[in-house]
Amino acid sequence: MTLDTTTLLAILAMAVVTYITRIAGLFVADRLVLTGRAKAAFDAIPPAVLVAVIAPTALTTGWPEAAAAAITAVAAFRLPLLATVAVGVVSVVALRGLI
Amino acid sequence: MDQPNPFTADYRRDIRAGLRDIAPVVVAAIPISLLFGAVAAAKGLSPLEVTIMSALVFAGGAQFAAIETWIHPAPILTLAFATLLINARHVLMGASLSPKVHMSRVQKFLSFFFLTDEAWALSERRALDRPVTGAYWVAMGIVLWANWTFFSSLGAILGSFLGDPARIGADFAFTALFIGLVAGFGRSRVTLVTVGVSAGVAALVHHFIGAPWHVASGAIAGIAAAYRAAPEEVRS
Repeated sequence: MTLDTTTLLAILAMAVVTYITRIAGLFVADRLVLTGRAKAAFDAIPPAVLVAVIAPTALTTGWPEAAAAAITAVAAFRLPLLATVAVGVVSVVALRGLI
Repeated sequence: MDQPNPFTADYRRDIRAGLRDIAPVVVAAIPISLLFGAVAAAKGLSPLEVTIMSALVFAGGAQFAAIETWIHPAPILTLAFATLLINARHVLMGASLSPKVHMSRVQKFLSFFFLTDEAWALSERRALDRPVTGAYWVAMGIVLWANWTFFSSLGAILGSFLGDPARIGADFAFTALFIGLVAGFGRSRVTLVTVGVSAGVAALVHHFIGAPWHVASGAIAGIAAAYRAAPEEVRS
């Protein structure tokens, strides 16, 4: 059981930031009314971040990963989350085996 | 004497309702939690570090993103900023749910630690036809928290025995999971523009500059694109 100091500090920073986002809504409950473009920008935060995280793996690692990402995206609109993950994992293993 | 106390009865009924509503979410979260622990272990985190992260952060999306871009030593500010970007949605969720839950201000501050996409969505649905009590909210929160912490720790312990995650395609599981989560945001024009711009900028920055800068730059480009793509002011 090892506990790296820098890792622990990073975890604590993530925990504090996350807790602040969770309670911040309590302060602005009656004041925060976003409309139009500001609301669109705010709503876009989760997909924008999620996509930015996976883009290198999905797009620039190699063609098996890129093709598996495309197959997974098609599956994602038709299947539940766990089945989508299964499709992605099986496709990437199969495509890597073809090389 | 034998009359059941109506307050106790309500309390128990709300706990049962919370457990019933959260049950399918808990079942679906088990393999995801195991996977998180296993890949975190493959990235060099110890089971103890995984347990601490899951117990204290308790935010799947942010933790998945952190592990995907994890390097040693951990870039504290970069991780904190990525966490802030991913979890900023909590602010709107909390603001929307706060007036609908029957709790004191102190109880809200303590129990909103349990704010997750799933518990929030279930509570918003329940709030449509009845009040959301602290018993309902906390019952869901504790079960989801214990489930996530336990199974991600177990995944970290088991993951050390699995060896190279690439062999079974587990390294791609995060990517597939994120694609699935992104699909949940729909196929509106604004979302498609956001996803396209974010993916393109992140891939280019990663190629020419390197990790972890692709996360913030891709995300900010995607958010700016959404702002530009949205209609100016909708009169309603």
